[in-house]
Amino acid sequence: MRHLLTQFWSSTVDGLTVGAIYGLIALGYTLVYGVLKLINFAHSEIFMIGTFAALFTLHALDVTHQQTGVTLIGVLLLVVLASMAASSSAAVILERLAYRPLRRRGASRLAALISAIGASFFLQELFAERYGRDIRTFPRVMPNTTLFSIGDGVVTSEKALVFVSALAMMVILDLFVTRTRLGRGIRATAQDPETAVLMGVNIDRVVRVTFLLGGAMAGVAAALFSVRLKSTQYNVGFILGVKAFTAAVLGGIGNLRGALLGGLVIGLAENYGASVWGSQWKDVISFVFLVLVLMFRPTGLLGESLSRSKA
Amino acid sequence: MKRPDITGAFSRRWRALPSWVRWVARLAALAIALVLPAQSIARVMAPGSDWRTLLFFPIGVYVLLAVGLNVVVGQAGLLDLGYVAFFAIGAYSMALLGHNEHWNFWLILPAGTALAGLAGVVLGAPTLRLRGDYLAIVTLGFGEIVRISANNVNFTGGPRGISGVPHPPSVHGVKQLTFGVLDARPYYYLVLAAIVVVIVVSRRLERSRVGRAWASIREDEDAAELMGVPTLRFKLWAFAIGASFGGMTGVIWGSKVISITPDNFPLALSILILACVVLGGSGNLPGVVLGAFVVAWLPEYFRGAAAGKPLTHALNWVIGAHATDFAEYRTMLFGAALVALMVFRPQGLLPSTRRRAEMREGEGGLGTMGAVADEPQHIGEPE
Amino acid sequence: MSRMSKVPVRAFAAFTVVAVVAAACGSSSKSSNGGSSGATVKVGFFGALTGPNSPQLGINIANGVQLAIDQYNAKGKSPKVQYVPYDSQGDPSLAPAQANKVVSDGTVAVVGPAFSGESKAVDPIFEQAGVVSVTPSATNATLQTNGWKFWHRIVATDDFQGPAEVKWLTKKLGAKKVGVIDDKSDYGKGLADTVRQGLSSAGVQVVSDSIDPKGSDFSSTVNNMHSANVDGIMYGGYYADLTRLMQQLRSAGVNAPIVSDDGAADNKLLAPPEDKETNVYATCACLIATADPAASAFVTAYKAQFNNAEPGTYSTEGYDAANVILDAIGHGNSTAKAINTYIGAPSFSFKGLSKTITFDSKGEVPGGAVDIYQGKGGVLVLLGEVDKLVP
Repeated sequence: MRHLLTQFWSSTVDGLTVGAIYGLIALGYTLVYGVLKLINFAHSEIFMIGTFAALFTLHALDVTHQQTGVTLIGVLLLVVLASMAASSSAAVILERLAYRPLRRRGASRLAALISAIGASFFLQELFAERYGRDIRTFPRVMPNTTLFSIGDGVVTSEKALVFVSALAMMVILDLFVTRTRLGRGIRATAQDPETAVLMGVNIDRVVRVTFLLGGAMAGVAAALFSVRLKSTQYNVGFILGVKAFTAAVLGGIGNLRGALLGGLVIGLAENYGASVWGSQWKDVISFVFLVLVLMFRPTGLLGESLSRSKA
Repeated sequence: MKRPDITGAFSRRWRALPSWVRWVARLAALAIALVLPAQSIARVMAPGSDWRTLLFFPIGVYVLLAVGLNVVVGQAGLLDLGYVAFFAIGAYSMALLGHNEHWNFWLILPAGTALAGLAGVVLGAPTLRLRGDYLAIVTLGFGEIVRISANNVNFTGGPRGISGVPHPPSVHGVKQLTFGVLDARPYYYLVLAAIVVVIVVSRRLERSRVGRAWASIREDEDAAELMGVPTLRFKLWAFAIGASFGGMTGVIWGSKVISITPDNFPLALSILILACVVLGGSGNLPGVVLGAFVVAWLPEYFRGAAAGKPLTHALNWVIGAHATDFAEYRTMLFGAALVALMVFRPQGLLPSTRRRAEMREGEGGLGTMGAVADEPQHIGEPE
Repeated sequence: MSRMSKVPVRAFAAFTVVAVVAAACGSSSKSSNGGSSGATVKVGFFGALTGPNSPQLGINIANGVQLAIDQYNAKGKSPKVQYVPYDSQGDPSLAPAQANKVVSDGTVAVVGPAFSGESKAVDPIFEQAGVVSVTPSATNATLQTNGWKFWHRIVATDDFQGPAEVKWLTKKLGAKKVGVIDDKSDYGKGLADTVRQGLSSAGVQVVSDSIDPKGSDFSSTVNNMHSANVDGIMYGGYYADLTRLMQQLRSAGVNAPIVSDDGAADNKLLAPPEDKETNVYATCACLIATADPAASAFVTAYKAQFNNAEPGTYSTEGYDAANVILDAIGHGNSTAKAINTYIGAPSFSFKGLSKTITFDSKGEVPGGAVDIYQGKGGVLVLLGEVDKLVP
């Protein structure tokens, strides 16, 4: 308990930072699940692919030390765009090869889950063989300036960037889903696919866009992750994926705001829990939290609602 | 256009045979299983490894685990992603009761089985109300909680685990039943006996009132509730029975390996066993056995196989990698095979005819995960 | 049901006969481990050649073994030695099958098992079958307590590494409050626990924590270290995790010196953005060949054979272990028993690259020398033996 008090603010700041990344990845899980009722097990590898794209972009730009000002913004933008492009393309290709054929045949959801698992193994190992199993590190791109402190918590430029970006992306995605025609199509398909078809919605396109958006979110998460944690590896997606999916379920599967909230809650719970019981119980805490929430509020914190107007 | 239904046809022919013929066939299969450890077969099946040890682990153990998980996933239609937890409980029972308390193996076996079954009830009671995919993540969490706790707690030895786990008592003078360190055959026979028991029990359950209840839950849980089936109780039974089988496997496995650590029970193993069940044809016992056999055996077969070198070069060229051995591509190809199999044959290698019949009649429910046979059912059907 | 009851009885009788015959036919005698076909003797490497741990510890050692065997064969002696790799993938569940293959292959000696985890699972098999094993890297101290006669180890155990790190932290770095972090593995936690005990006995305050190497965000541990204001840190684990941990610690302003272990003793520890780090040390009961000018011939030969790759952690020890076995073979011992007797003799002494090797009654090399390295200019530089630098 002593630790919880002395480390409260630093746990809060760091919990929100890592939680923002969980939330961004969770957006991908929740979108795909809301529309297809499919757990996209391979989403963690979509994220991993984004981190590799970020790495290669930095190498290509020959960035070896910190940047500032306009160059910094330029580099960051390029990295984010590259990651988003890589992740969303990978997601769309994944959908086309591993899931659409199953949809056509009316395969069971369990078969789709196994296909997802197979795709996940395949992608991980592909990158492991091609780029090696050792960790790859990134140069420091952003100067790590302290913006302000609360108690013992230090908010640095890196952490602020991660948190603000995640929030911004969620707002943008939210707007897309509620305001645009494609977004309406996504919500309609999530609510009732047969009627959506009757109303003229092109299911294939909706699914493709869903995967694209989820992949794009993962790409942003990958870019932020790379800038902040400065390393990646072929299996970096695994643990993050499990936690992010937990976050999606926690927030209410299919609920976009819930995904981000779930991510933040898990990030905070982990860090608070670690300061009380020790870091070795970090992962257990997240799962126990999840079980408790599901037992008493099975629809998640904010309820499931991709189909309703409030995403 | 319907493809020729080979397994369906085979299944009908099988049921048309007189029962004594079927019995002889089953016993012949058992006899073959008993002869499997032979040296001549070993040369063909596992040139790069020790066939007899493989028959015990991973082949025998995976088959046993898959048949156990089949009760939960295939028969009751519950998605369990944390099955390895029950295997771990059985293994740790063997280690702790055997090493610390010096119990006899034959006492530990029922104890570990019961303990795992109890764990199944404890896990299931609060969570089986949850819907399919939620249940999946909760069971995944439970599996990880068991592993992480075993790693953090001194009682289970922490990350060091427990060493010096005793073996089953040997039968004096019978070489095939001497449970030592070098020869894996006695352990294989033990696993084989367990597989027979589990298959018999599984079959019996399938045909009993319990099995019919499970089928109704699998087909359409809401309808089953309306018809007065106490769904929660039957789901708990499925969980508990599946868990007990997992625990039993853990005790048997633990009795051979001498040393047990939390690393022996990763999430990947739960997923692998689930893949065995679905690959084989969820709900169909021969399919599940075949699926588990293939998943366990193939990667080991490719160790040191002659076809390895040119395949490795080809893959290296396509990907741009520098693998020195075909073994490095094992998992990658396994993943690709899973996807390919699901894309081209999602019902599994030997699909269950009963499941097919259900799919034709009903709308599909929780167990078939919303799939319907003849209509183009989209994966996105709400429940 | 009545029709069924007669059938099983008859069938069961028939089955029993078939089963007994089958079981009898299925058995055959295990090949005894004498060893060699004609004029070749098989010597193997047992460890992780594929899988997640292979880049760190398996391949480095295997290459050292292979180099030694190739050099031996080039001398033209008879019998020739055949190098046989056995890939355990570092997985204690899959290792026993490979261990049984070692036995059925008639391999007389193996360098390995490389990891302590798999050692516990397969060393009983080697002992029972009488296969010589010389491990260059399994540092778990309890392995020697099993009374194995065919097992040997040529590196100091964690029982020596731990106290060496304690010495360095307390006497050389003068730390009064040390954060001890482990990676929750058998190896890392074992070593960290030894250090925790040693530090407490020395009256130093210990702040304990752990990280999950498969995760990426270590902020709770970093915050713990930061708020505790430690002036020294010990990490029990591998270089891949330490690189990330180090980066996060330094970013948060925790600048205390870090002392780690042989799992971290690899040049890849100093990867950007922390490549300029000098406040990091690694102990190792091993000799990193690239850090020692006296081993330059070995480095050159290694690079020439393995596509310009540099020798890594325990490559030198793998080379030495293989040469110990080859020394025995060169002196006319070609069965496992003969080799074992030869190297186990009190008079046996072999001058390897890393140290002079002679085995005590438990199979260990007495002495327990532990070296220490420091980061300088992006590589690890050898400072010397801990006991000599800090008396």
